Amino acid sequence: MQTTFIIVILLLGFLITFQIAKASEYVAVMRGEEKSRKQNNRINAFLLLAFLILGLIGVYYCNERLGGKILYFGSLISGTPSSAASNHGVHIDRMMEITFYITGFVFFVTQIVLFWFAFKYQESDNRKAFFYPHNNKLEVIWTAIPAIALTIMVGFGLYYWFGITGSAPENAMEVEVTGSQFKWEFRYPGADGKLGKKYFRQINEGANNPLGQVWEDSTNKDDIYIPPGDPLHLVVNKPVKLVINAKDVIHDVGLSHFRLKMDAVPGTPTTMWFTPTVTTAEMKKRNGDPDFVYEISCDQMCGQGHFGMRGTIIVESQEDFDLWMASQKPKFYLAFPEKDPSLLKAKADTANKTAPLTVVTQQKK
Amino acid sequence: MSNDAHVHGQSEVITHHDVHHDEHHVHHHKETFITKYIFSQDHKTIGKQFLITGIVWAIIGGLFSVLFRLQLGFPEQTFPILETFFGRWAKGGQIQPEFYYALVTIHGTVLVFFVLTAGLSGTFANLLIPLQLGARDMASPFLNMLSYWFFFIASVIMFSSLFVHTGPASGGWTVYPPLSALHQAGQGSAIGMDLWLISMAMFIVSSLLGGLNYIATILNMRTKGMSMTRMPLTMWAILFTAILGVLSFPVLLSGAILLLFDRNLGTSFYLSDIYVQGQILPNEGGSAILFQHLFWFLGHPEVYIILLPAMGMVSEILAVNSRKPIFGYMAMVGSLFAICILAFLVWAHHMFVTGLNPFLGAFFVLLTLLIAVPSAIKVFNWLTTLWRGNIRFTPGMLFAIGFVSLFISGGLTGLFLGNSTIDLHLHDTKFVVAHFHIVMGVASMFGMHAGIYHWFPKMFGRYLNHTLGYIHFWVTMVGAYLIFWPMHYEGLAGVPRRYLDLRGWHSFNKFDDLNKMITVVSIIVFAVQLMFVFNFFYSIFKGRKVRTQNPWGANTLEWTTPINPGHGNWPGEIPEVHRWAYDYAKDGREFIPQTEPVGPNETEH
Repeated sequence: MQTTFIIVILLLGFLITFQIAKASEYVAVMRGEEKSRKQNNRINAFLLLAFLILGLIGVYYCNERLGGKILYFGSLISGTPSSAASNHGVHIDRMMEITFYITGFVFFVTQIVLFWFAFKYQESDNRKAFFYPHNNKLEVIWTAIPAIALTIMVGFGLYYWFGITGSAPENAMEVEVTGSQFKWEFRYPGADGKLGKKYFRQINEGANNPLGQVWEDSTNKDDIYIPPGDPLHLVVNKPVKLVINAKDVIHDVGLSHFRLKMDAVPGTPTTMWFTPTVTTAEMKKRNGDPDFVYEISCDQMCGQGHFGMRGTIIVESQEDFDLWMASQKPKFYLAFPEKDPSLLKAKADTANKTAPLTVVTQQKK
Repeated sequence: MSNDAHVHGQSEVITHHDVHHDEHHVHHHKETFITKYIFSQDHKTIGKQFLITGIVWAIIGGLFSVLFRLQLGFPEQTFPILETFFGRWAKGGQIQPEFYYALVTIHGTVLVFFVLTAGLSGTFANLLIPLQLGARDMASPFLNMLSYWFFFIASVIMFSSLFVHTGPASGGWTVYPPLSALHQAGQGSAIGMDLWLISMAMFIVSSLLGGLNYIATILNMRTKGMSMTRMPLTMWAILFTAILGVLSFPVLLSGAILLLFDRNLGTSFYLSDIYVQGQILPNEGGSAILFQHLFWFLGHPEVYIILLPAMGMVSEILAVNSRKPIFGYMAMVGSLFAICILAFLVWAHHMFVTGLNPFLGAFFVLLTLLIAVPSAIKVFNWLTTLWRGNIRFTPGMLFAIGFVSLFISGGLTGLFLGNSTIDLHLHDTKFVVAHFHIVMGVASMFGMHAGIYHWFPKMFGRYLNHTLGYIHFWVTMVGAYLIFWPMHYEGLAGVPRRYLDLRGWHSFNKFDDLNKMITVVSIIVFAVQLMFVFNFFYSIFKGRKVRTQNPWGANTLEWTTPINPGHGNWPGEIPEVHRWAYDYAKDGREFIPQTEPVGPNETEH
């Protein structure tokens, strides 16, 4: 009913507009086309100026209204810190700020000039257009100035870019992230600090091997698996290197509070490292938001559940992390409970037969 | 420079002013309705065919955007009318995720390829090349006709994919595999995806036939005196567009064919190590990223294929209506050339977060930002063209000014995304959506509208209703900024694109009011576009008649033809050109047509 009502109103509005438009054509003919053309010209010139002024007010209003909802990227001028929660994030925010100043300046100058010229040089009987086909000096100036501005942006950009994409520090902890429709799974390397090999043909959800870990690889035996829905735990101020995989289609690990993204591509592992600098608890306090949580969003179209492919991260102190880690049990013992030393005293070294043989292993580094 | 020999020659030349009435007693060979309006080889008719097909697709694509905006603006509400029309796709009056993704995919595909490539280049290249160069038709009218009909076939296939049981392709307009390659990965990867690929293959054939023809015509069939540097900027823009298309579309074709193989023949070009829906696939050794390289090697030039013709037309329309020469003609040509070259060297800036080698990424950052230099030159030259002009605000001129404004706004946000450091945060967020809609979508659409309002008198011998034109412009201009300007803020908050419901997200669920506003505005803007379409068709038959040969007082050759030119364009000799296209306000004269010889005391430009 409501929809029909809206459609009827739209149609009526259109009909009226059309009649007015048609009438205005007849009026123009009666009043003299040239005269009404000039009147239209004045009206549109005025509207262009009005658009500029209202537009600038709109830009300001929009910023007032929405500026508080974006992730605040700090200010070089007032010295307020950025809200980024990682070391790289601060650099990325700095880069955004530099770009904001440069593009903002150009935006205001060119838009004002555009609409002002349009208004000022509207058709007038008293003015003759000025024959001005070229001026090489001007051309050189406005080739050089953008080039200089670009050099600044490219320079800073690449400086930060190489810092961010460079190799991870020695002391970084490694965590594997695996995306699949429409969930995130994580794996910690365990006490040995090494992620065990895996191979996609070994994936067997029924046999407690959702990632395809190759059990023959002894480095796999202490790897901790975090199932979908459970948060990823990270240590504050400790670099972390994510090894990112996908099982089915391309996904993307999007970490908006850390300002980072990296695709998860089936068959081609990718990596990304950063240092989280703010704990979840501190973020809750800082934002006055007791429900705050770091979220992992999938940022690459991956199917109909794409918009709900959510993971969470808890950033905590080393002590809290160790406490949590101590409560985790390696996946190997979940897959082979008979070998779990805490469950069975008896040793079961013949279990190798139950795990299929593997030809190739795929942990590309 | 002889072009008489190519086409039907003088035999067909007609001297009447209204083709509709006396076609039968002037022609030597009879034209039937079919050869005249359907399988026509007249470049003007083919241009109109492209335009009208483009308009049909624009309505479909625009309607789809209204539908998915309803979901984005009002995720908690139900619209029973949607269920009436779309059945299970909108169960309970709510747009289902698979339907949402089908809508965005087809919206993107259709607008990028069918409207802004075929509808824009196809229309104005066909209409303007022979008219502005002084040729009787294109180099090969037959290929030209085929180009339209391949586009038509592509359209039919794409349209039919909307009606298959599993729905059309729904992996986004970029159709990245493995999602698009695996039937198991979702409904949108079923038969709809095959139809999408076949349709695109047909479209590419169409685009290549058209492009080769444009290049051949521009290089070979200019009238006497029309040296390259005397061509209007529209011609330069169309030439570079055609070169871009001819060199890059074949790469997409190969990408699409390999994808078809992967889908149907069990090959592994893009597939490796896949476990999907509980099934381990046999494919190993392929690279999913390879497709992205192939896709964006076309995909990036494609945005310039869309933008360059708009730039060319805007340059022409700004000069004509400012009553002033375009400022820096050679710089305009040079910057088009620079953009054309750089367009081939920046594709990987769409792939900064795919795991691309960071060192390689650095070069793409540099080359991407370099495009800002020729773009800046163009903007400054347009501004200087307005300076000290005597500006007439025809609807075409308003759209041209709107184009410049949007090109500035959208171009500047490109400096954020092209810089890989910032792209890490903004990649695939609403910021990207806002950026490319302003700079490529809306701006090119403005260029297209400018072209339609400006050349409609040439196409149909009548004017569009100007009052409706002004309403069309102002609502669209205000609406475009209201829709896309605040959308950048969503992106800065990290809101990913292609999310149909933000309610499950703590970080993103704070833009309810904004999304409602955007939806309401987009419905209004869409309604006004429908009004434009009405104006278009109404004016073809009932519009105010054009009574002077040169209604805008322009210099270019298309305004030396009769008001309703027949096939062959000029009765009698084709005109000879003596000067460039921009002698406005020279030596105290308002305009000097290109056909006028340079006077003895006049300095040739």
